[in-house]
Amino acid sequence: MDTSLQPVTTAQPASEAHGHPDFRLFGLATFLVADGMTFAGFFAAYLTFRAVNPLPEGAIYELELLLPTINTVLLLVSSFTFHRAGTACRSGRMQTSRRWLLLSIALGIAFLAGQMVEYFSLPFGLTDNLFASTFYALTGFHGLHVTLGVICILIVWFQARPGGSISQDSHFGLEAAELYWHFVDGIWVILYGILYLL
Amino acid sequence: MTVANPLELEPGLQPQGWLRYLSFSLDHKVIGIQYLVCGFLFYLVGGALAGVIRTELASPMSDFVGRDTYNEVLTLHGTIMIFLWIVPVVNGAFGNYLIPFYVGARDMAFPRLNAVAFWLIPPAGLLLISSYFLAGAASQSGWTAYPPLSLTTPAAGQIVWILSVLLLGGSSIFGGINFIATVLKLRRPGLKLMQLPMFCWAMLGTSILVVLATPVLAGTLVMLSFDIIAHTGFFNPSLGGNVVVYQHLFWFYSHPAVYIMVLPAFGLVSEILPVHARKPLFGYTTMVYSIMAIVVLGLVVWAHHMFTSGTPPWMRLFFTIATSFIAVPTGIKFFNWLATLWGGKIALNSAVLFSCAFIFNFVFGGITGVALAQVPFDIHVHDTYFVVGHFHYIVYGGSVFVIFASLYHWYPKFTGRLLNEDLGRLHFVLTFIGFNLCFAPQHWLGLNGMPRRVAEYDPAFTTWNQVSSVGALLMAISTLPLLINVVVTAFRGPVAGDNPWNALTPEWLTSSPPPVENWIGEAPLVTEPYGYGEHPGGFDLDRISGRDLWSSGKS
Repeated sequence: MDTSLQPVTTAQPASEAHGHPDFRLFGLATFLVADGMTFAGFFAAYLTFRAVNPLPEGAIYELELLLPTINTVLLLVSSFTFHRAGTACRSGRMQTSRRWLLLSIALGIAFLAGQMVEYFSLPFGLTDNLFASTFYALTGFHGLHVTLGVICILIVWFQARPGGSISQDSHFGLEAAELYWHFVDGIWVILYGILYLL
Repeated sequence: MTVANPLELEPGLQPQGWLRYLSFSLDHKVIGIQYLVCGFLFYLVGGALAGVIRTELASPMSDFVGRDTYNEVLTLHGTIMIFLWIVPVVNGAFGNYLIPFYVGARDMAFPRLNAVAFWLIPPAGLLLISSYFLAGAASQSGWTAYPPLSLTTPAAGQIVWILSVLLLGGSSIFGGINFIATVLKLRRPGLKLMQLPMFCWAMLGTSILVVLATPVLAGTLVMLSFDIIAHTGFFNPSLGGNVVVYQHLFWFYSHPAVYIMVLPAFGLVSEILPVHARKPLFGYTTMVYSIMAIVVLGLVVWAHHMFTSGTPPWMRLFFTIATSFIAVPTGIKFFNWLATLWGGKIALNSAVLFSCAFIFNFVFGGITGVALAQVPFDIHVHDTYFVVGHFHYIVYGGSVFVIFASLYHWYPKFTGRLLNEDLGRLHFVLTFIGFNLCFAPQHWLGLNGMPRRVAEYDPAFTTWNQVSSVGALLMAISTLPLLINVVVTAFRGPVAGDNPWNALTPEWLTSSPPPVENWIGEAPLVTEPYGYGEHPGGFDLDRISGRDLWSSGKS
C-alpha cells in the first residue's frame, strides 16, 4: 500500500458542533410524499376498477353531489383560515392566530360531521360492491387524516396559549400542522374530482 | 433555528458498554450495529427455513414436512430474508453506520426517528415467526401473498403476516426519510454533492424508491386485510373484485424492492474496490447518473412480473423495453467496477474476493434478468425454478455477497479488530461454491419445467435437485467460519489500528471504533474520497479530484 498518500482534509470549520439546523419540516414534507403515494395507490386501484370491472347487475352505487361540494368548500376555507393563523403567529399576533386556529378546527369538525351524514344517508354499504368498498376505503382513509389533523390543530391551539411552547420565535408545531393540513386538503380536492365528478 | 444534538442532551441516560446495543440508543453507529446483528439473527432463521426447503426437495416426494408446512416454510423464508435480513442490513446497518461519516455529520438528521425505525423490526420479526405457532397456521401464500390464494389460506396467519410487513414497511419509510434528509441537508459546509462517496448516492436513490414505492404496498396490504377481515371484494373475483389490480400494486413496490436491496450493495462495492485496488473509482459521474437512471427506470418496469396475468400487448411491449433498458445503467456500473480494478494493486483479501464474486454472480443474474424481460421466454419459464435461480443470483449472489464483503471491510472500523483472513477465505470458498452449486442447477430445472413453490416434483428432476441441496448444505456450513471469526475476533482478534486499509473515506479518519461524536474536534472535509494511486508530476492533490485524474488519463 502506498503509505505516502495523505487524506485531503482542510481545517474549514464544520457546522455548529453542538447542533444542526432544523430539518423537521423537510422530513415532514418527505413523509407527506410517501403518504401521498398511499393515496395514489388507492386512486389507481379505484380508477382501474372503474375502467375494467363493470358494476354488477342490480348493484347500487350512486353519490349525491351537494354535501361533498359543501364539504370541499369547508376544507378549502379551512386551509385559508389556517394560513391566516400561520401569518398571524409569524407576525407575533398570537391571540389572532389562536382565533383562526379555532375557526379551522370548527371547519374540520364540520367536514367530519358532513362526512358522517353522507355515510349514513348513502344507499350502499362497505361490502355491497367493489366501488362501494373502494369509496369507503378512500374517503375513510382521508377522514382518518382529517381527524388526525383536527387533533393536531387542537394541540397547536393549546400550545399557542400565552406562555405555551408555540410563539412567534418558535412555531415549528404550527408550521408542521399547517403543511399537513394543506396536504390533506389537496388530497381531498383530487379525491372529490375522482370519486364524485368523474 | 437549531435543535440541540440529542446525543448531548441527556448524557447520563444513554447506557455505556455492550448494554447500549440493547437500548433505545440515538447514536447512528449503535443503531447500525443493532440492525446488523438483528438482521444476521433473522438470516440464521431464514437460512434454517431454506434448509428445510432444500431437505424436502432432496427427494421428489413430500416426505420431510407436510405440504401445508412446506408452504408456510417457503413463505416465512422469503419474507424473513427480504424484509428482515437484506433490506434492514444493506440499508439500515451500513447506511446508518456510514452515511453520517460520509456527509461529515455527527449523527443522522433525525436520531430519534432512526431509533424508532430500528425498534419496529424486532417485534415485527418476532410477530412473523410466532405466526408459525398460531392455531390456524402461518401465512402460506408466499411472500407475494397473491389473492385469491391469500384469501383462502388460514386467515389468522395471513393477517399477522400483513401486520408484520406493515410494521417493517413503516420502519423502512422512516429510514428512507432520514437518509434523504441526511444526504441532502446535513452535509458538512463545503462538501458538494458530487464529492460524496458513491454509497451516499446509492442510499439517496434507494431512499427515493423507498419513499415512493413502500406506501403503495402498505395501502394494498390494508385493502387485502379488509378483504380477509371485513369480506370486502377488492381482490376477490367471486365478489366482483380484480386480482390483477393487486398484482400491479404489489409489484409497484416489490420490483423497486429489488433495487432497494441491490442499489446499496452497488454503493458498498464502490467503496470497497477503490480502497483495495488502490485506484480512484472509475467514472464517478456516470456512476451517479446510472444510479439515478436505475431509480427512474426501476419505477416503471413492475409489470414484467405479470406477463402471464392477462396483460394487454401494449403493456407487454412497454415493460419489456423498459426492463431491457435497465441493463444499460447497470452495465455502465459493471464496466466502471472492472475499470476500477484494471491495473490496480489489488489486495486479494476476503472483502475483495466477495466483491469480485458479487460482480460475477450479479452479471449472471442480470443476464437471466434480461432474458426474463422478453415476453416469449418469460411465458415459458414463468413460475418455474428458472425464476428462483435468477432472483437468488440477484439477492444472494448480489446483495448478500456484498454484505459479507462489507463485513470484512468495515469490521475493523466497527470493533477495532481485524477479522482472520484464513477463516475469511474459507468462508468465501464455501459460500461461493455452495451458492453456485445450489442455484445454477435451478436454471436448468426451470427451463425443463419444474414449477416453484411445490413440495413434490417429477422424479426426472431428482439429480439436479440433490446437487442443489448439497450446495445449500455447503452454504449452511459456510456460516460456521463466519460466526467463529466474528465472535472470536471481537474478543481476541489482532488490533487493527484506526485505518488498516489506508483508506481515504471519512469513516477511516477517526479512531476505531469511533468516538460517540464521530470525530474528536472538527469533522474532516474530504473532497476526494477516491484519491488513490500515484500522481506523477503536475498534480496537486489539494486541487483536483479523483474524477479529474481519471478524465486526464494520467492516474
